[in-house]
Amino acid sequence: MGRYVIRRLLQMIPVFIGSTFLIFVMVYALGDPVAALFGDRAPDPATAAQIRRDLYLDHPLWQQYLHYMGQIFQGNFGTAFDGESVLSLMAGAWPLTLRLTIVAIVVEAVVGVVLGLLSGLRRGRTVDSGVLVLTLIVVSVPTFVSGYVLQYLFGVRWNVVPPSVSPGAPLNQLILPGIVLALVSLAYVTRLTRTSVAENHRADYVRTATAKGLPRHTVVVRHLLRNSLIPVVTFIGTDIGALMGGAIVTERIFNIHGVGYQLYQGIVRQNSPTVVGFVTVLVIVFLLANLLVDLLYAVLDPRIRYA
Amino acid sequence: MSTLLEVTDLHVEFRTRDGIAKAVDGVSYAVQAGQTLAVLGESGSGKSVTAQAVMGILDSPPGRITAGRIAFHGQDLLTMPERERRAVRGARMAMIFQDALSALNPVLSVGHQLAEMFTTHRGTSRKDARAKAVELMDRVRIPAARQRAGDFPHQFSGGMRQRVMIAMAIALEPELVIADEPTTALDVTVQAQVMDLLAELQREMDMGLILITHDLGVVADVADHIAVMYAGRIVETAPVHRIYAAPAHPYTKGLLESIPRLDRKGRELYAIKGLPPSPHHVPPGCAFNPRCPLARDRCRTEQPPLYEVAAGRTSACHYWHECLHGTRDSGTPEGAGR
Amino acid sequence: MPEPSSAQNPGEAVGNAGAGGTMDLAATEAETLVPGRGGEPDPGDRPRSLWSDAWHDLRRNPVFVISALIIVFLVVIAIWPQSIASGNPLACDINKSQDGPAPGHPFGYDTQGCDVYTRTVHGARASITVGVCATAGAALLGGLLGALAGFFGGWWDALLSRISDVFFGIPIILGGLVFLSVVTSTTVWPVVGFIVLLGWPQIARIARGSVLTAKQNDYVLAARALGAGSTRILLRHILPNAVAPVIVVATIALGTYISLEATLSFLGVGLRPPTVSWGIDISSASTQIRDAPHMLLWPAGALSVTVLAFIMLGDAVRDALDPKLR
Repeated sequence: MGRYVIRRLLQMIPVFIGSTFLIFVMVYALGDPVAALFGDRAPDPATAAQIRRDLYLDHPLWQQYLHYMGQIFQGNFGTAFDGESVLSLMAGAWPLTLRLTIVAIVVEAVVGVVLGLLSGLRRGRTVDSGVLVLTLIVVSVPTFVSGYVLQYLFGVRWNVVPPSVSPGAPLNQLILPGIVLALVSLAYVTRLTRTSVAENHRADYVRTATAKGLPRHTVVVRHLLRNSLIPVVTFIGTDIGALMGGAIVTERIFNIHGVGYQLYQGIVRQNSPTVVGFVTVLVIVFLLANLLVDLLYAVLDPRIRYA
Repeated sequence: MSTLLEVTDLHVEFRTRDGIAKAVDGVSYAVQAGQTLAVLGESGSGKSVTAQAVMGILDSPPGRITAGRIAFHGQDLLTMPERERRAVRGARMAMIFQDALSALNPVLSVGHQLAEMFTTHRGTSRKDARAKAVELMDRVRIPAARQRAGDFPHQFSGGMRQRVMIAMAIALEPELVIADEPTTALDVTVQAQVMDLLAELQREMDMGLILITHDLGVVADVADHIAVMYAGRIVETAPVHRIYAAPAHPYTKGLLESIPRLDRKGRELYAIKGLPPSPHHVPPGCAFNPRCPLARDRCRTEQPPLYEVAAGRTSACHYWHECLHGTRDSGTPEGAGR
Repeated sequence: MPEPSSAQNPGEAVGNAGAGGTMDLAATEAETLVPGRGGEPDPGDRPRSLWSDAWHDLRRNPVFVISALIIVFLVVIAIWPQSIASGNPLACDINKSQDGPAPGHPFGYDTQGCDVYTRTVHGARASITVGVCATAGAALLGGLLGALAGFFGGWWDALLSRISDVFFGIPIILGGLVFLSVVTSTTVWPVVGFIVLLGWPQIARIARGSVLTAKQNDYVLAARALGAGSTRILLRHILPNAVAPVIVVATIALGTYISLEATLSFLGVGLRPPTVSWGIDISSASTQIRDAPHMLLWPAGALSVTVLAFIMLGDAVRDALDPKLR
């Protein structure tokens, strides 16, 4: 197991370098951060050159990248052009996004698995067809549409929740944004659980469990569901990263100043250090989530042996 | 000796895309306490479906019991409330499946799966149940039981896995065990060991046993009675030693003759011609008639009842006399030359 | 919003989390497609191929018929929007800002005073163009690279896997924001290019998987044993069988790409005015949702129905091509 973890960690290195370098190239090579700094004004050439030197921008791109990554691993994420340190931006943003993501994952896992189980056990019946149609519709409505519609209905029309989240982002205000963020994934979890449950429902070991005289709920939960959840857990794990990325839209709709919001601001204002810093952390979280899923997979399915 | 299980006129249907298939069509048999009934038949003959109906684990839908009675100690299981039925299932009546690898849950340790029997039916604490699971594994002679209780099914060999299945079935010392082709998936050398173990446990615990198989060789050693099934019906029942000496149904006869035997070395092996009928298109009359060497017009129109051919022996053949005694009835010359 | 996710999933059970969860499931299920027989285009001695079987099923599937009709309708209005909405989507009268429905203007007016009906009809063109072009690009590029990787294996396969891992490592909306924010073009091509760039690895994985499966088929081994060359085997035997899963995934991907384009336009980096796009209209309507919800309703509804139609079509095609479900 230990060796496996190390091997996976080593495998992540090229992916990490590739992904971050790609973003780095997009931000630094395609845009001009110094020009962005000056906005519409033409920069004074001498000042611009000075800034380039300060920001290490006068070196070849790969050297800039190495320099930047070296800084990051010393805990120095640099300073946003407006003077605020990227690290302090992160300290403000990450907890909000983390909370939002957790709400979304809980919603997607609980609701998705329950709906998927119900329709999987009643494959072909009304409940099943209803759930299938519902998931198709949910998948088809883009998050930014469902976000505004739900915000309008619950926040404006019926006044159940405040339409936008207050700065502290208390958990109860994050429920609606969490649902919005989770919606599309929720539909996938439902469908995946359904397929998996329906497949395993006829499995011999489920019949054995019934033949042992176990009560129906034990058969379903301990034997059927436990096996059916293996692919679902894997999906949810890999979805963590996707949710954090998707938070860009949700956070914008509900005015949450999390990672997505900061990233969006960084991109629109061409605030390169912010963008690259946040993305780097995002990629790391993403890769670690994948590793976690791999390990979880081994725990859930003992047939997987790590050499 | 008391009757442990009595199945009477059981009918099971499967609703499929191609129509309704009568998987079990009026089956009756009985098992006496402590005795072994071997149910013999090709795949698709309804032997396993009957067993599943007895256990109450029929896939439903598409399977459905349309008529019949399954009496356990005189009590009809089919009308019993599910709660009571569940208390019987596993505890007083248990089942051993053919393929232990797929019949055991791949993600739970065998110790856990064995312990579940005690925690569910006896309310035993987890710790005690675990200890009992190890005892059970010892009893079915799995080496190093204590260490292996935490292992998962895929980590055992085929024979050891089947021992786990057996351990699970005998966990609560049931009165009846149904073994559905318990050795089919195993190597020949292991088959004998597993059968011996099963027979030994049966003697020790005085269990009734229904042994479902298509292997006549296995049956001779362990069974007391035999019921032969064909196309959802019972075609012959008899005490085991009698059937080998003189079968009373042409199908049974065909089965016996198709066993390779040393004293017939060099001769071509007998095979019953044709294929078993599809459950959707069972031939009218006697279902076996297209394949039967004795068949004549009556067999194609009139379904034979179970004739009592001797004390404790029945046969569903109009011409059981011919089969049993090797002679022809007078006045029916048309089957000649077959 | 769907996002690309996993680098490499453990076990093939979930396939991969690709450029959208939709595609995850499609991928998962498509990978299990058993390539049908019928590599030989010889209609004579082939009674019913995978394709004719599938077509037979599809024609009787109401889901397929309905979604196909919707798509045909959308394509028609994308090509000839004037046929049902003769007005100019850019001709707006600020005096009518946010007015409700009026005769000849059944959906009312938006903030700029443009006719919502005309804009909704004309918006189909951008969405369909982006969806079709991006899918075609991603399917061709991904299908080709994936098939080559699956067929030749070795370092080529390893390299491709690592490259697609890198692309999977970038959340797609994030990548879109970074990549497209520096582009100033008002055409649809940067968006199409970007979607192809981040979408192909997902299709490549499917193509690779199905080629690997097809490669193991007995008749392929037999052809190889008889001395058929690589190119011949690839073209005649393997590609025809690898195409089915790719088509299924691509159809569903088309729906999600349309949704992605709208999301990027909503964020202000996708299509830009004066291009008429549902995403842009939804974005501008979203700020006025309290006063004029009808402005949001129509473009959002049109967008959702379009995405739904493609996803349903993909679903139906998958069911028809998957013999396991029969």
